[in-house]
Amino acid sequence: MNKLTYDRIEEVIYKEELANGLTVYLLPKPEMAKTYGVFSTDYGSIDQTFVPIGQTEQTTVPEGVAHFLEHKMFEKEDRDVFADFGKQGASANAYTSFTKTAYLFAATDQINKNVQTLLDFVQNPYFSEQSVEKEKGIIAQEIEMYNDQPEWQAFMGTLQSLFHHHPVKIDIAGTVDSIRTITKDDLYTCYHTFYHPGNMTLFMAGNFEAEKMMELIRNNQEAKNFPEMTEVKREYPQEPASAAQKENKIAMPVSIPKCTIGLKESAEELRGEAFLEKDLLQSMILDFYFSKGGPFYRELYEEQLIDESFFFETNVEKNFGYSIIGGNTADPDRFSEKAIQLLQSTNKKSFTTEEVERMKKKKIGQMLRAMNSLEFIANKYIHYDTVGVDLFRVIPAIQSLTVERFNTFIRGWIDEDRIAVTKIVNE
Amino acid sequence: MTETREMIVRENGTNIHLVPTEKFKTVSITAKWRAPLTRETITKRALLPYVLQQGTVTYPDRSAIQAKLDELYGAVLSVDGSKKGDYHIITIRLEIANQKFISNESSIMDEAISLLNEIIFNPANEHDAFLPSIVNREKDTLRQKIGSVKDDKMRYANMRLIDEMCSDERYSLHIHGYKEDLESITPENLYAYYQSVLNNDQLDVYVAGDFDSTVMEEKVTQAFGRKQESETTTAEKPDKGKQLQQPNEIIETQNVQQAKLHFGYRTNITYADDDYGALHVFNGLFGGFPSSKLFINVREKNSLAYYAASRLESHKGLLFVFSGIAPDDYGQARQIIEEQLKAMKNGDFTEEEMKDTKALIINQLLETMDDAKGLVELLYQQVVAGTDRSPDQLIEDIKSVRKEDVVHAANKCELDTIYLLTSKGGELDE
Repeated sequence: MNKLTYDRIEEVIYKEELANGLTVYLLPKPEMAKTYGVFSTDYGSIDQTFVPIGQTEQTTVPEGVAHFLEHKMFEKEDRDVFADFGKQGASANAYTSFTKTAYLFAATDQINKNVQTLLDFVQNPYFSEQSVEKEKGIIAQEIEMYNDQPEWQAFMGTLQSLFHHHPVKIDIAGTVDSIRTITKDDLYTCYHTFYHPGNMTLFMAGNFEAEKMMELIRNNQEAKNFPEMTEVKREYPQEPASAAQKENKIAMPVSIPKCTIGLKESAEELRGEAFLEKDLLQSMILDFYFSKGGPFYRELYEEQLIDESFFFETNVEKNFGYSIIGGNTADPDRFSEKAIQLLQSTNKKSFTTEEVERMKKKKIGQMLRAMNSLEFIANKYIHYDTVGVDLFRVIPAIQSLTVERFNTFIRGWIDEDRIAVTKIVNE
Repeated sequence: MTETREMIVRENGTNIHLVPTEKFKTVSITAKWRAPLTRETITKRALLPYVLQQGTVTYPDRSAIQAKLDELYGAVLSVDGSKKGDYHIITIRLEIANQKFISNESSIMDEAISLLNEIIFNPANEHDAFLPSIVNREKDTLRQKIGSVKDDKMRYANMRLIDEMCSDERYSLHIHGYKEDLESITPENLYAYYQSVLNNDQLDVYVAGDFDSTVMEEKVTQAFGRKQESETTTAEKPDKGKQLQQPNEIIETQNVQQAKLHFGYRTNITYADDDYGALHVFNGLFGGFPSSKLFINVREKNSLAYYAASRLESHKGLLFVFSGIAPDDYGQARQIIEEQLKAMKNGDFTEEEMKDTKALIINQLLETMDDAKGLVELLYQQVVAGTDRSPDQLIEDIKSVRKEDVVHAANKCELDTIYLLTSKGGELDE
């Protein structure tokens, strides 16, 4: 068990890679009442085409399988796992993202039992034809719920415009039609391929003792048998750098139109410091311009093109990246024209030392605030870990960013070909 | 785990609550003004916090405030208006990184306190009025916000349910106010109203984080203590709900894929009551968790919904059930939901289920106290309810709830209104 000490932020993490390949991180926080545990696999909605474990031929599974699988993990032959956690005073949940599926619990009592339940239910699947059929109705309602949400439509509409082929353009839950074709065999194929311990990470944060916890996890894993781990061969389509379409208009009942501007970020595969630097610069610069009080926010606000609902987000993943800004606007045409014009003006920008110092301070404060949350620490730590970045070394990395790095980034950031506009208008 | 400590200092009508804890890497200061809900003031109160965050005398516009916040290591200013029982609460909150975790930094706490003081006591103004440009802009924003409630079907259905259910009660007032009031709100009368909030509302200020209480008490008392005692802080007599012969059923249609089926009940129990703990356990068994009757029967056994749950309103004494269903399933879903309450009233649950549910509720309360905002909200419940039942005491109360208490609480619940928002041309006539 390795002990990693971070003096400045007063944290200690214990790490061990177990014999079966599972990576375990423990962050004891005795001042908290709660313990949060997340068991995560490096498998998300974009992993649709791959060579199944033990086979040689590549296969493509229906849209929405990763999410469907996540739902079905909770149902066992004789019981529902939510009830198991419930009996142990824990709340359990799970989520599927583009790149990850994660199972989690939070509890203030019976932590040992709950960790074992978490490991055991994820490592012991039970899928039957009958239960797969039953789930289709539930997931169809989940999809319909999202279909009625204009924010979600704007978000997915933007990704569909930005990407030609990359599966990030497909709704994580799939479609009502695609999930109908999912079979129990699809679920087992994906399960055995992607839920091998070697493809998974367990992160625990909260009120427990590290030595004893690690021993419990080790014993739990040693009692189970897994086949030899082989690297999963995944296939992603060749994706052009440009946006797939410039504009996308979606008609649905809304009281006020929405407009989003999507920016397809460069997708070079990065790791370690290079990944972190890009992740930081992209998010800090977007925040600089578009957070409340930022120069672009101010212009859009003063021209009455945005309101409280205005948002921006950015995402850097191993083989795709995007930034999105948008919200409610009375005039989607003027909003998009103005926002694109502002974005293009950044090609000539030189940041001052003062501006950079302000961005750095803000980011450091944001990190500290986010670290109030065990959920944030656990999930972000795993996210960064898959690309070779240590979350608890991010603050020093922010401190060491130079004005030159900001200026180099900003000059190559915007390219009209990589921008797509999505408008949600009343039908 | 550390016990929650709360020290309360009363200073001229302002209650200062110090909550020292090592749980957080930030310090948060939360100011809450409380006044009875009234139709005359609701829109002004909805508007006020958003006007305040747009400018002060020293920082004349939002950009200037934001630049200062950014410099204070990305401190976060947030404001909102909320309803609790018969009261409206305006909240202004500032959260800042704790300087002990940042090298070479020792003054940001003081600067944050004076910034918050400035936002509250020195808003941008001229001749006893807010700046017209700010007020007009925020009126537009509020108008849009009022209009866009319909876009969030779950919230819209909940609002419509309360409209119908509490039509004669102040609790039905809309949290964002009313479009028709906006015309008559001026920079002058809004400013005048704000002076009355400052003088008359009950003010509670919470400070939570890792700090020295003696030092913090002095800083905060200086910044937020009032010069004179506030005039009115007590509530008028609470609204009583109308007596119903039979539950209301309201069905409305819109262009939606999924129907929203919401139920409103009167619990006849509020936070200050002795059987509040029993009500909590009842709600947990009925619909508070994925192991509850609603989730198991509506979703798991019958695949009728993605969500089906219940939630308590603790100060007015209401219980809401909400679910998203296929429009054709209304009859069946309604029947199943009604059967679950009947089962609760008949005591159709085991001692073991009750034990598990208590553990879940306690877990949830303890977890909430691990969150800076959640902790303050929980502590504030006592102020609103006018009791000194602390969250720790509430947990003890929940532990001692017996099965007959839960059945008793269930039998106090009365169905008032069923609200269905469904698609056009479903099984229903328009």
